[in-house]
Amino acid sequence: MSGPSTYEPASGFTRWLDKRLPILRLAHDSFVAYPTPRNLNYWWTFGAMLSLCLVVQIVTGVVLAMHYVPHVEHAMDSVQRFRRDVPFGWLIQPMHAVGASMFFIAVYIHMFRGLYYGSYKAPREILWILGCVIYLLMVATAFLGYTLPWGQMSFWGATVITNLLGALPLVGESIKNWLMGGFAIDQPTLNRFFSLHYLLPFVIAGVTVLHVWALHEAGQNNPTGVDVKSKADTVPFTPHATMKDLFAVSLFLILFSVFVFYMPDALGHADNYIPANPLQTPPEIVPEWYLLPFYAILRAFDFNIGPIDSKLAGVLAMFAAIGILFLLPWLDTSRVRSMRYRPIARQFFLIFVVVCVVLGWCGGQNPGRILAKAGPFSATLTWVQGGQVVEAPVSASSEGGFDQAAAAVEQQLRGQGATLTAVRREGATQGVVRGVVGGAEQTRTVRGETADAVEAEITTVRAEVGAAAPFFIVERRVPPTFTVTNLSQVMTAYYFLFFLLILPILGLRETPGRVPDTIAKPVTDGKAQGAA
Amino acid sequence: MAKRKGLPKMLRALSAAAIAAIAVAGVALAAGAAHHPEDHPFSFDSPVGNYDMGQVQRGFQVYQQVCAACHGMDNLAYRHLGEEGGPFAAYRVRDHETGEMTMQIGRPAHGGSFVAVTDNPWVRAIASEATITDIDPNSGQPADRPGRPSDHFRNPFPNEIAARASNGGAHPPDLSSITLARHGGADYIRSLLLGYDGEMQGTLYHNPYFPGGYIAMPPPLNPDVVLYTDGSPTTVEQYATDVTAFLQWAADPHMEQRKRTGLVVLGFLLALSALLYLAYKQVWRGESH
Repeated sequence: MSGPSTYEPASGFTRWLDKRLPILRLAHDSFVAYPTPRNLNYWWTFGAMLSLCLVVQIVTGVVLAMHYVPHVEHAMDSVQRFRRDVPFGWLIQPMHAVGASMFFIAVYIHMFRGLYYGSYKAPREILWILGCVIYLLMVATAFLGYTLPWGQMSFWGATVITNLLGALPLVGESIKNWLMGGFAIDQPTLNRFFSLHYLLPFVIAGVTVLHVWALHEAGQNNPTGVDVKSKADTVPFTPHATMKDLFAVSLFLILFSVFVFYMPDALGHADNYIPANPLQTPPEIVPEWYLLPFYAILRAFDFNIGPIDSKLAGVLAMFAAIGILFLLPWLDTSRVRSMRYRPIARQFFLIFVVVCVVLGWCGGQNPGRILAKAGPFSATLTWVQGGQVVEAPVSASSEGGFDQAAAAVEQQLRGQGATLTAVRREGATQGVVRGVVGGAEQTRTVRGETADAVEAEITTVRAEVGAAAPFFIVERRVPPTFTVTNLSQVMTAYYFLFFLLILPILGLRETPGRVPDTIAKPVTDGKAQGAA
Repeated sequence: MAKRKGLPKMLRALSAAAIAAIAVAGVALAAGAAHHPEDHPFSFDSPVGNYDMGQVQRGFQVYQQVCAACHGMDNLAYRHLGEEGGPFAAYRVRDHETGEMTMQIGRPAHGGSFVAVTDNPWVRAIASEATITDIDPNSGQPADRPGRPSDHFRNPFPNEIAARASNGGAHPPDLSSITLARHGGADYIRSLLLGYDGEMQGTLYHNPYFPGGYIAMPPPLNPDVVLYTDGSPTTVEQYATDVTAFLQWAADPHMEQRKRTGLVVLGFLLALSALLYLAYKQVWRGESH
């Protein structure tokens, strides 16, 4: 899109400057004369919001760093002091904390926009990949920043994440210890996390420059996905896109302000106001909302895959979930960019969005939480009322032969008239079989909505029967259940299938709708346009 | 819009069903949660709601006479009480009839000038009642002295070990930000203070609002233990509500200023958005898009 420059220095000074440092020419060509597709919708305004977010985070962050003390004993107090005593600290600290969430809201919409309109396809692969790099850096920066107040969630979040990296084969342990600065999360960890949290935003800013550079080289995509063919397809960036962006940014700031001024803590976790305590694990360790989908993918792997244990599988899947975005330009085989003309792909895309939201929900839940079950939990208690207890020792010759030996002893007791027998193993080869002779055998079945409720029922029955029965045989039955982990597994499967199977195959098989010849045609009905 | 065939329709139905299932599951799970804190209509709940400073003052009294025996508030200094937005902020007012200057707590309806915390007699009195252990400037040895407005709230225990030793092994948490540090915030704190039912298990007290159901803190409030001077009822419920209001103020002392500023900022942004929208429409007039 970089045609000949149309910049004309207007004054003597700008002519002088233009010969020495054509920075005004660069700005003019990039943000004034730069031709913008005329059909961009509001989904294209999130880039402007993201630039604003980065500036807000850096400015508020620099001020916060002036007052922050990176010490395990003082970090939380220094943040509190900033909020309480520093002029406008009550405004700047929540702006930084809420700003992180706003940054992610904007970046997710920006990414879904790129996904829907095929903004990753040639010639914008590098542009997309640079965006993915920025996102990855944002995730790292947000994680590091969340540890700095040194609250419970800071500490335990850092513990969980560094332990995950420790799961990587060969290098994991070294990376973990290097990140921690020792063998546990402590003062050295906080110091290096603070240092890195201050560094990475400037790396993000640098990659953002490359991102914008790549954008101006390839030109913006647009809702039709059709290339710009003539001047009729575009309008100058300023004032057309500028004004639209400013309007959208203003709306975004309203949302931002509602959170900052009226619910500054709604997006955070209450536990992070509790000072870090290495001796007390909080009841739940959850990341901030924007990382929950990846947390759900991590926890979906509660099973080993061959030689890969569940922990490593989860870590690999979590990184693969971001890594796969880097490959997207080559995974999607469709020659049509915009899903506006891909009716089937569009449906799969909408499901993908829902899946991401559901994954986020799963990440915030207790993984063992039962969502559906095929019946109630139940248990059957069998006991003999009255009767005489008999005991016989079991002694097997080998560990494996114990069951057989016990069965033989049981058989023997039954031969003596025992109506109920139970084996208690007391060692590898030793045990006792107890039986009751005489009395009346009774059974009772209890049901409950949860395993705990059934246990409570069992305790009640035992207390009721009391000493009348020498022992009970309890047979517990767990119905088939569908837990949050199962839901995460289904959603994770779709997440990866969408990229690895649906997009590659659909691109080849789908018959796209009619794509317009030019950008201008559908919006102008072929009529000539005035300005531009 | 392309003509819809069978497959898209099916996919659409599937996504709709998925959303419905999630919504139903969400509602069912929410219904299962027990002992949700009781929702109390505090004055600071609404987006424009302020603190009831009389209530915050009474709550501070409850904190000092009851809670402070075990709980510290390390992030608060006595001067905070007298800063603008604090419960003991003092203002000088000129009496219209006599022309005399008098001092009062709380911002007058009109006029009045804020009294610097160092000159605030109420804050000075509250601070001087506390005994602070400091280093004696002459001997260099630890020595007790009366508190000053710049001192932080006196912590009842020198360290966590001492706190645990005096409380049967339990550590009374710092209350500086307690309403932010607990799910349910102020409603949770109030419900917890009122939630005791007399049942005990060993040395623990049953309280349905406390996670796990049993808490080491004995029921802290009893009727008539704190004497109010403003005629408010001296019941446990009143104490619990008042002290919760104080703790909310302590956790979020700039709330009133924040909400006021927010109103101005939102008003400005709404007007700006309207102008920008008109400007945007003006710029794009005659351009199809």
